[in-house]
Amino acid sequence: MNDAFLIDAVRTPRGRGKPDGSLAEVSPVELAATPIRALIDRHRLPADTVDDVVLGCVEPLKDQSGVGRWAVLASGLGERVPATVINRYCGSGLESVNLVAAKVMAGQIELGVGGGVEMMSRVPMGSSGFAPATDPRLAAAFHFVPQGVSADLIATKYGMSRESLDGYAVESQRRAKAAWDECRFTRSVVPVRDRNGVTILDRDEHLRPDSTIESLGKLEPSFAKVAAMAGFDRVVLQRYPEIERLEHFHHAGNSSGIVDGAAAVLVAGAGAVDRLGLAPRARIRGFAATGQDPTIMLTAPAEASRMALERAGLSVGEVDLWEINEAFASVVLYFLQEIGVAHDRVNVNGGAIAMGHPLGATGAMILGTLLDELERRRQRIGVATLCVAGGMAVATVIERVGGAD
Amino acid sequence: MGTHLDARIEDGIAILSFATQPAHQPNTFNDATIGEFEETIRPLFADPDVRGIVITSSKPDFIVGADLQMLAGARALPRATFFERVRRMQLLLRDLERCGKPVVAAINGTAVGGGFELALACHVRVAADLPAIRVGLPEVKLGLLPGAGGTQRMPRLIGIREALGLITQGKTIPVGKAAALGLIHEVVPADQLLARAVARARELEQAVQPWDVKGFRVPGGEVHSPGGFETFTGGNAMITKETWGNYPAPRLAADAVYHGLQLPIDQGLKIEARNFVELAYDPKTAGMIRTLFFGMSEAKRLKTRPKSVPIKSYSSIGVIGAGLMGHGIAHAAAINGVEVVLLDVDAKAAETGKERIGAILTEAVRKGRLSESDAKAALARVHPTAEYERLTGCQLVIEAVFEKRELKNSVIERVEAAIAPDAIVGSNTSTLPISGLARASKRPDRFIGLHFFSPVQKMPLVEVILGEQTSEATLAEALDLVKAIGKTPIVVRDGRGFFTSRVFGTYVTEGVGMLAEGVRPALIDNAGRLAGMPMGALTVADMVNIDLSHKIRQQTKADLGDAYQPQPADGVIDFMVERGRYGQKTNAGFFDYQDGGKRLWPELTTHFPPAERQPELEAIERRLLHIQAIETLRCMEEGVVQRPQDADVGSILGWGFCPFYGGIASYIDYVGAARLLAECEALAREHGPRFAPPELLKSMAAEGRALYQ
Repeated sequence: MNDAFLIDAVRTPRGRGKPDGSLAEVSPVELAATPIRALIDRHRLPADTVDDVVLGCVEPLKDQSGVGRWAVLASGLGERVPATVINRYCGSGLESVNLVAAKVMAGQIELGVGGGVEMMSRVPMGSSGFAPATDPRLAAAFHFVPQGVSADLIATKYGMSRESLDGYAVESQRRAKAAWDECRFTRSVVPVRDRNGVTILDRDEHLRPDSTIESLGKLEPSFAKVAAMAGFDRVVLQRYPEIERLEHFHHAGNSSGIVDGAAAVLVAGAGAVDRLGLAPRARIRGFAATGQDPTIMLTAPAEASRMALERAGLSVGEVDLWEINEAFASVVLYFLQEIGVAHDRVNVNGGAIAMGHPLGATGAMILGTLLDELERRRQRIGVATLCVAGGMAVATVIERVGGAD
Repeated sequence: MGTHLDARIEDGIAILSFATQPAHQPNTFNDATIGEFEETIRPLFADPDVRGIVITSSKPDFIVGADLQMLAGARALPRATFFERVRRMQLLLRDLERCGKPVVAAINGTAVGGGFELALACHVRVAADLPAIRVGLPEVKLGLLPGAGGTQRMPRLIGIREALGLITQGKTIPVGKAAALGLIHEVVPADQLLARAVARARELEQAVQPWDVKGFRVPGGEVHSPGGFETFTGGNAMITKETWGNYPAPRLAADAVYHGLQLPIDQGLKIEARNFVELAYDPKTAGMIRTLFFGMSEAKRLKTRPKSVPIKSYSSIGVIGAGLMGHGIAHAAAINGVEVVLLDVDAKAAETGKERIGAILTEAVRKGRLSESDAKAALARVHPTAEYERLTGCQLVIEAVFEKRELKNSVIERVEAAIAPDAIVGSNTSTLPISGLARASKRPDRFIGLHFFSPVQKMPLVEVILGEQTSEATLAEALDLVKAIGKTPIVVRDGRGFFTSRVFGTYVTEGVGMLAEGVRPALIDNAGRLAGMPMGALTVADMVNIDLSHKIRQQTKADLGDAYQPQPADGVIDFMVERGRYGQKTNAGFFDYQDGGKRLWPELTTHFPPAERQPELEAIERRLLHIQAIETLRCMEEGVVQRPQDADVGSILGWGFCPFYGGIASYIDYVGAARLLAECEALAREHGPRFAPPELLKSMAAEGRALYQ
């Protein structure tokens, strides 16, 4: 099997995913093209040298429909460069990198771009429909509940308190602000500019660094009313009858933010590295995706991570740094408990609770954060993982190569 | 003049009036009536002398739906054949609405199920302004769905949101509300109905349904619209909330709406027909229809009443004890036109009972269920007293005093001293054997058990218990009273706990006993609900009062002596009683009760620590239902219950046992004797002899018999 090297990972800043968010005025194709263009510029990629592009996008309709190929053409990668759009829901951005890596490892391509885009301001969540929610037979068979209810279920089942979840959220905000203040994202974030070169956004705009446990404590839980009225609480009991009553602890402040954003990751085989004089930053050691019960939905990252580590021949103890997507605070707390690592090696620069979760792009974004931070800390092994709708999860293990240490 | 349908043509308008056979029953659709309807109406489509068609009825109702007897027979057919039959009616109605001539439904009376589906296929619906008329699609209440286009036309007419609610809940509504929703075009005085319908048939220029017009869009938004997303996502969860996932019908009805509304109506109808057939062949549906439709109405009509005894009508009865049960029984009699002497230890206690009846009546008036004058008249029929002499003219007296043998014995003696020699004495006991109480009676042949349920004004069941010497005439006349005061009887023979309390008790005991095994309390309660019981076992135990369960057990132990079989629940009950945690009454039982809510007592798991490995949900559900099945079979073997219909009706009305199976006897048949036997033998090995299958089950399994043959 060939090696697949991470050459670079870049992302746009994340704009608030509302029609009045800063990035809303940018077209999804243009936003997706922005980080790809940065890769071209940074690595002086000649036209038509990339073999394939895979972009994640969870709502690939309207101006995000088939966004891969149009972003390729808009970015100037060249008309010989094909693209595809994939949807593994919230794991799409990482899955796209894994697919590109797999093609490299299999010797079918030498140079590829993975990544993703999601403009939640333009194409809101659920725009393409969601059969397990609306189709009566499927909803019953799969015990469908909205993700927020699943997050509340995790908190209830594993006895997490509202304070511990809010506390996690406050820490995420603190870490994200500290990371920005210390310019830890400088290498990966490329500003979004208009045609005149005027900056539209160069910094994540969702952060609420002034959040405190007290201020978050005042927020009403987002899913309590709907769950009781519509009956999702009872759907949960069907699948988890050992629970007396579902507690509702999640709210906008301890859940991931709705944002716009795009990311791109350049993956190369040894041949392309030599031919184009690229400098590999890390090697993709292994990856995995798996599925668990779709009702609790958000618990699989630990298992996916273990599977990916096993394929890489590594153990949990050998991992220096972790990135797990902060879909909801309970997802991370459960993950910490389940995988048995301390919070100080996980999401050290904050996560989606502070900076937002542009569904199709987040996986590629946290992979970039992981890579930058491994370099900053001169550490070796990192794992990025995300929980995914339908009970799935995806994980990728990287090992830093070369460098000063 | 046809057999089921009268057709005449007046000045270019054909008027079809349904009057299906048998004449004394409401109009229904079956193979014969549909056949005649089709033969009558098809020629009119092409008849040059016919300009329009009006469909109505010459009975008080319009059409009340399909003949369920026919449906039961249809199940013997191959599914494909039955599917074609369903399609035949659908296609007829499609041809009707596309015949090019105005078709008007003149809704003179209740139009539900297939009757309302026929009306929905008409271009115009005019209804008579009568408060008694209900329209709608109640099919899901019998485990079915509207199979003649109802799931397709109603949402296309009034929007998905409203229609989905009406269809999945099986709601029927008065014509005024139907008109407001857009289901009916015009409501007119009854005497003008036909004239208006004829006029509208004459006036209508475009005889075409909205969904047959090019560019038709579902009012209020398509399935795949933000509104549709919300409606279905919420609606699906709502169905689970209301059914605990146990009733397939609302789900399949919603499925027909969801997929059908994304397609042209002709495709949607096929989906509806497929789902209808799927439900019709579900054995649960058969059980549901058998009990909820036939069993209940036969019980209400006293089908098994001894025919040789003349029917007795009641003008006056007595009730002894004006407490919880007594005032409820007196209320039932009074609102049904029977004078009641309500007797208690002193005038004040009796008067308090009357006041409580007054409160029930006032509430009914407030809710619009009763007129003020009827309430006043009912209350005037209640005569509170402390004097036994006042019972003299009563045709029947029911004692509803405390469950103490000595007290009941003395009451029976005093009653018999006051009443006529042929008057009946009934005992509303739930625990004491009737034959024992009858020993206090000087005429045990006129003594009978009449076990009412609490709260009496809401619970329709009366368990009629035969003592050893109760005569056939007494039974017949007691049944007449039950019917006269609006209740539904089942007849059982004497025995500890009779039928309902005895079987229901096993559910509670089994659930409570699981605590001692280390099953999580929430799992026990939720498993009961998920299995189809109206309440979890621990919740029930708290409601009926743990202290009372304890006392009943002590009594049983004393009565049975060495024959008493200790239960796993005994230790748990003892523990709770020692702690003074008696249940809801004391705000502390298995649950803590605060601010109108309840939470499990946190210490429960300290005293009954949950086992590391919890049993599977299905295993708990099976135990909770099988224990009731076994006890029912024992009751049948002992002759306490003789007919599966009584077991079914009694179990649904008495303790809310899984109506979706059709009750406890239907559950036994649903599981099947062989499987039930094998599973109960395994349960007996694991959990003890309370699961030991009775001989009846063994012989049923050996002979491949079911309770219903």
